[in-house]
Amino acid sequence: MQTEPVVTIFERSVEGRRAAQLPELDVPARPLDELIPGAMLRAEAPRLPEVSEPEIVRHYNRISRRNFDLDTGFYPLGSCTMKHNPKLNERVAALPGHARLHPLTPPERVQGALEVMWLLQRALAEICGLPHVSLQPSAGAHGELAGLLLTRAYHADRGESRHKVLTPDTAHGTNPATVTMAGYEVVKVASDARGGIDVDDLRAKADDDVACLMLTNPNTLGLFDERIEEIAEIVHGTGATLYYDGANLNAVMGISRPGDMGFDIVHVNLHKSFSQPHGGGGPGAGPIAVSDRIEPFLPRPQVVRREGSNGGAPLFDLDHDRPRSIGRMRGFQGNFGVFVRSLAYILSLGGDGLREASETAVLNANYLLARMREGRAGKYLPVAFDRTCKHEFVLSGSRAKKELGVKTLDIAKRLLDHGYHPPTVYFPLLVDEALMVEPTETEARETLDAFAAAIEEILAEAEQDPEVARNAPYTTPVRRLDEVGATKRPVVRQPL
Amino acid sequence: MTRYTSATERDREQMLAAIGAGSVGALFEDIPAGVRLDRPLDLPAGMPEAAVYERMAALAARNASAEDEITFLGAGMYDHYVPAIVDSIIQRSEFLTPYTPYQPEISQGTLQSMFEFQTAMSELTGLPVASAGLYEMPSSVASAGYLAKGATGRDRFLVSRALHPHAREALATYAAGFGAEVEEIPLADGATDLAALESALDERVAAVFLQQPNFFGTVEDLAALAPAAKRTGALLIVAVDAPTLGVLRPPGEFGTDVVLGEGQPLGNRLDFGGPSFGFFTAREEHIRRMPGRIAGETTDVDGRRGFVLTLQTREQHIRREKATSNICTSQQLNALAGVIYLSWLGRRGFVELGELMAQRTAYARERLAALDGVSLLHEQPVVREFALRLDAPVGAVLRRCAEQGVNAGYALGRDYPEFADGLLVAITERRSRGHIDRLADVLGAAVAAERTAAGVPA
Repeated sequence: MQTEPVVTIFERSVEGRRAAQLPELDVPARPLDELIPGAMLRAEAPRLPEVSEPEIVRHYNRISRRNFDLDTGFYPLGSCTMKHNPKLNERVAALPGHARLHPLTPPERVQGALEVMWLLQRALAEICGLPHVSLQPSAGAHGELAGLLLTRAYHADRGESRHKVLTPDTAHGTNPATVTMAGYEVVKVASDARGGIDVDDLRAKADDDVACLMLTNPNTLGLFDERIEEIAEIVHGTGATLYYDGANLNAVMGISRPGDMGFDIVHVNLHKSFSQPHGGGGPGAGPIAVSDRIEPFLPRPQVVRREGSNGGAPLFDLDHDRPRSIGRMRGFQGNFGVFVRSLAYILSLGGDGLREASETAVLNANYLLARMREGRAGKYLPVAFDRTCKHEFVLSGSRAKKELGVKTLDIAKRLLDHGYHPPTVYFPLLVDEALMVEPTETEARETLDAFAAAIEEILAEAEQDPEVARNAPYTTPVRRLDEVGATKRPVVRQPL
Repeated sequence: MTRYTSATERDREQMLAAIGAGSVGALFEDIPAGVRLDRPLDLPAGMPEAAVYERMAALAARNASAEDEITFLGAGMYDHYVPAIVDSIIQRSEFLTPYTPYQPEISQGTLQSMFEFQTAMSELTGLPVASAGLYEMPSSVASAGYLAKGATGRDRFLVSRALHPHAREALATYAAGFGAEVEEIPLADGATDLAALESALDERVAAVFLQQPNFFGTVEDLAALAPAAKRTGALLIVAVDAPTLGVLRPPGEFGTDVVLGEGQPLGNRLDFGGPSFGFFTAREEHIRRMPGRIAGETTDVDGRRGFVLTLQTREQHIRREKATSNICTSQQLNALAGVIYLSWLGRRGFVELGELMAQRTAYARERLAALDGVSLLHEQPVVREFALRLDAPVGAVLRRCAEQGVNAGYALGRDYPEFADGLLVAITERRSRGHIDRLADVLGAAVAAERTAAGVPA
């Protein structure tokens, strides 16, 4: 990777250089202050860089080489489902009929785009086992917020006002953050000895002030909650809704459906299970699927298919006339470019292929887990809950910390020198020194073997000299960074 | 075996043996029978790559995109040219395929581009701090509402009726959750009514929301509106159309607390409405309440310059229920396109773009308003978008124009019933004088034809 000293695009600026050549002025020129009052005119141009096209290209290509990426190496980042991003999807998303389509073009002239959305809605409904889908939410966290606002609207419609939302102590951070944003109070539910929901604790806390239980299944430990039917019964018994965080859907596509488990509202991360590239942190999309009783409150507009008159072709339309809707979650119709890629992925795999993807994801995870039970990994990094896992598993680095003097963070940083992106670390919170490993279905067995060998080597090295891991990494563009200093004296833009 | 997996039959057997399981099915035995799907998914069988391409291309062909017609549609998203370097750079796997930069040592490319993005946004808006990208403009407005409620402890929002309808609606959607009232400030001749704003203000108002230029293209008089809005201690939040900031004074210079906006016009495709990004800049005092990721500059153990995600104690993965937002995307790839685009335009190009749009818009406005049956909806100053009234049914006129290959603009009636005869027309650098003249011909003929059909004497 690129290790030269850092120069920003602003520091490459040289007065007089430029890349863009704009069209000539082809209308009569008028003094600008005749068009816009002088007080509203900009006095000084913003100090954007002055750079030529080749300089821009070289700058961004060089800094790109300071990134680790999925196309180059193994990325077993738990809960993020870093599966291969098919290149075909980029090609079809870039077709001008998709890419240059204005969102306010009248429905009769965007029939292809609305059909893409409708087909994706139907596919997600089938995969989730819930009949109605809104594609609008822009990300998983946005889907969660939509889900809680739907819950609020549902209860309000019944004349009820509820104040609490239950989340397990293994939940993603977005769950409690969303609860607060949606105006509810978080109540934590404990986990039991098998890593599932502590059903007694749930029963004690599930009263009629509870609006919703937010759950991931399989959960963030990578374990399927075997008592899901009982959990659903308890939650529904109080009149609350059951919300499914779809972060881990990649484990169960075509095998078990959230709707069949009793969930009322599900969000799906299209950038996880449905192969949208993560982009260094977006874009993604977080469509929601819901049951009949939640449907009237879905965001507007909704894509609908109207049967053609006299046997004519069906017409796809945007339905704005939804009087009980919670309203819009965002502008326009959602992250359409993501929908195109995800639909292409679903068409590529088909129903059987999706099931096979989940089966292979679980096979890969259990195989890597088996490898982690061997040798030094088995000794120093025991699995937190020793069961068959689903698409991911969680190891505890507490013994490595105690017996070798290397923390989970050190192991993660040493993995960088071996050319791997580390697993998710220090999450979930209930596992001490957690390492959360999600290999995904698209990795070959040799890759998993090589990763297991790297872990073994790092632990063997730590037995000899823990300082090596403690000071890692060594081979990256920069080494450990001063994050505390960055927070104390934030420099969040370049002084010019 | 799908084409995106690598496990052969032999791999499977050996892997299952290592696991100690008899079959793949055994790995799912802990799923209770009652919640297992006992049939195949009801979806079509998978297709070869070429067949998927053809299917998706056939769908794309059923859309009338800006490639197919001369479009004057705007209303929040605009047909600007996206330079080839944007595609080339954002398709690099090093930017396209990583996740959020949680491991900064191997994410310096992403983190540096975030820092550059924040610098560029701060330059445009005139406010000192910027976060990395948010989803898009309307939900950024809603996030600003959440910030304002937290910062002031108040729960009433005043929203200009000239703020984008999607933003007003998203704010109301969010506010129903976190608890705030949203009240509209009416229009006076295409601009926010200053007197109405002044009389609606009280000590409960957490924030005043304006748009610059507003939804009707009007350059709002921030010199008058800003001090009025801040009189009772409310925050002032302004949504801006970024490319107009080449000519317009940055809202940050008027004492605005938050300036935010839609990133699509900055190097992002139309994509039928997304993905794009929202930008969010603020006064220094709000930095610890900002939504979204923020990159900061620091050094490594060897003293080398580097970048990290900073102020993470605002964020959900650290603060959980006490986070200032639940967002955990930065629309990174879209924001990267934004900063590449701004580098491409550069300091002079950005101003030239604003000036070119202002001149062509003035020409177009005059040209169209001179047509029979067409008049101005307001006479306020504009930069790149303006509103007309048609003395003919707008929907029918638009259909006639579309038949001539011209998308004449956005019909205002759905969002503004009081302007059922309204048409919003947007100009970008891609709309030449020739295009504008063509629009004038087609629109004039369409209005005339509709008036003839309705029996209006010529």
